[in-house]
Amino acid sequence: MIELRLPSFGADMDDAEFLQWHVAPGEAVAKGAVVAVVETQKGAIDVEAWQPGVVARLVAQPGQRLPVGALLATLATEGEDWAAVAARPLPTAAAAPVPPPAATTPTTATTPTPASPPAATEAAEAAERVRATPAARRRAQALGVDLTTLRPAVPGGTLALADVERATAPAAGMRAAIAAAMVRSKREIPHYHVGREVEVEAALQWLATFNEARPLTERVLATVLLLKAVALALREVPELNGHWREGRFEPSGPIHLGVVSRLREGGLVVPTLHDADQQPLPALMQALDAALQRARQGRLRSSDLADSTVSVTPMGERGSDYVHGVIYPPQVALIGLGRVMARPVVHEGQLGVARVVQATVAADHRVSDGLRAARFLAAFQERLQQPESWA
Amino acid sequence: MSRTTYRDALRQGLRAALRSDPRVFLMGEDVGRYGGSYAVSQGLLEEFGEARVRDTPLSESGFVGCGIGAAINGLRPIVEVMTVNFSLLALDQIVNNAATLRHMSGGQVGVPLVVRMGTGAGRQLAAQHSHSLEGWYAHVPGLRVLAPATLEDARGMLLAALQLADPVIVFEHALLLNEEGELDGEPAPVDLQHAAVRRPGRDISLVTHGGSLPRCLAAAERLAADGVEAEVLDLRSLRPLDLAGLADTVRRTHRVLVVDEAWKTGGLSAELMASVVELAFDELDAPPARVCSAEVPMPYAKHLEDAALPNVQRIVAQALAMVRP
Repeated sequence: MIELRLPSFGADMDDAEFLQWHVAPGEAVAKGAVVAVVETQKGAIDVEAWQPGVVARLVAQPGQRLPVGALLATLATEGEDWAAVAARPLPTAAAAPVPPPAATTPTTATTPTPASPPAATEAAEAAERVRATPAARRRAQALGVDLTTLRPAVPGGTLALADVERATAPAAGMRAAIAAAMVRSKREIPHYHVGREVEVEAALQWLATFNEARPLTERVLATVLLLKAVALALREVPELNGHWREGRFEPSGPIHLGVVSRLREGGLVVPTLHDADQQPLPALMQALDAALQRARQGRLRSSDLADSTVSVTPMGERGSDYVHGVIYPPQVALIGLGRVMARPVVHEGQLGVARVVQATVAADHRVSDGLRAARFLAAFQERLQQPESWA
Repeated sequence: MSRTTYRDALRQGLRAALRSDPRVFLMGEDVGRYGGSYAVSQGLLEEFGEARVRDTPLSESGFVGCGIGAAINGLRPIVEVMTVNFSLLALDQIVNNAATLRHMSGGQVGVPLVVRMGTGAGRQLAAQHSHSLEGWYAHVPGLRVLAPATLEDARGMLLAALQLADPVIVFEHALLLNEEGELDGEPAPVDLQHAAVRRPGRDISLVTHGGSLPRCLAAAERLAADGVEAEVLDLRSLRPLDLAGLADTVRRTHRVLVVDEAWKTGGLSAELMASVVELAFDELDAPPARVCSAEVPMPYAKHLEDAALPNVQRIVAQALAMVRP
């Protein structure tokens, strides 16, 4: 039996409101399939299955507020009979923090709660008929928003225009989430900042050639090339990649970049590029693009937000020259990439013009020192001089 | 600009009508020697003489019928009925004769009659003098029904009504008579086709007419202090209704609260709600709602009368419930 529990989508998430099931008992799900939607301060987020299985029993009901780690559903593993799994008593409701508790004790089974298809059917029917005002329905249709993913401002109330607008524009909730994380960061993390100018001329020229051979829709943005170089450089400085938990640093093997992205409508989202050091450029480009599209539709998935090990904030063309970042706890570093600028540079005593970015590191002084961050920046610079060797 | 009252504005309109057209005359109970039960026609008898400002016996059916006859025969009568409550005695003349004759004569006979009526409660005149029956008249094809709520409309609607070839009922709410404001220029006919936005807003529309306009404006003021911008739509004409204007305000605010001093059941407020749903369903972000009078004969006792009538507090509370459920 697999227990699907409410994952944490960020250090400051304590609970979430359960919105909707996308699956029914008996349905087979692949790893990564969207099975449910929950509402957090970051908006409506799709919950994915961590393992393949067959849905046995839906425990969470729409409208419930659940703590992180709460049991959402049970799934049958391959070879198990889902109906039999559904008939089993539920593991203790006492939710442990994620990851799920090592051992879950079944309740001292008195009467096994039967699998209840009738209840599930009722819930499904209730979910089908969304109560929304005519104006909300029309706006949602125009914006391509699925009303079943929204929650009214008043619990149990009717979805109104403002609820649709709140869902499509980043809300006060997101602002509050950013505020909480940043206050915690500034309160707890002794930041230090270092930076250096990094020449990107060779890398950008290489990228131009790389893109020439590709159809317009499959071209790779300069930002993605820089992100991959960041990920590779991080391999050399493990003190920047991981989490500070319970008074000590836990380095991370995999390098999952949280990419700080501004939404046009205001606010930030930080989609995660998993194993950014190992993925080819086109795959990274595609992953970032898809995550940002989901973010703009307010439909991020759990894996978009969870488990990044270090953050990068690329300023983009309209951004500033450099950034002194604020670390996203419990991470221990944030890499800042200023906008690309043409600048006078000196090569072997000769003055020339080349494109550069100001790269900065904000890092946790409990974990690393300035020299290590400088080492990272040097590695980043080195990577960018020979993109053909790794990209 | 000069300071004036709604009562004076009505009188300015009457005087201008009597001066500009010799076919116009005023008749009704106590309109001459007494100066009108609400002192609207004070001084007109002295100015225009008994032929044009005529006191009538206490017989609504009789003198409204006279007015219809005079209108058919080429005059432009203005008939004053003290309150709409008494007009029920003339309902047969108005509904069966004035409203139907053009139709029944194949267009040969029109009745260019203006009937002015007092309406509304709020002065402890009890159940036989206080009801708002505008909606009954607004139900009848063949009539035009007006509800002037501002000084400009009090003065100009009569003049516009006298230019029409068919019967017009004008409702003058008793509580408006002492309303003061600035009124400038010469008396002139006003537009009768369109409702008027008396205060723009974006959060909710208060749709009203006549004596409830000041209540709605005061409520909008109170709501603004609470951060809610209420639009106030003064219907002005109750038949025909400016349905385009009604739909427009819903498109701007997405919420409608109808404020009408009449009873809810089968009333004009119900017609307005139905029209909103028919014309602007997709614009609605809250169920349309109403603040009306309690469904009782209007009480005499002051505290009960106050409790029965729409007031600022009830309008504000209902509006807030819709904007912030």
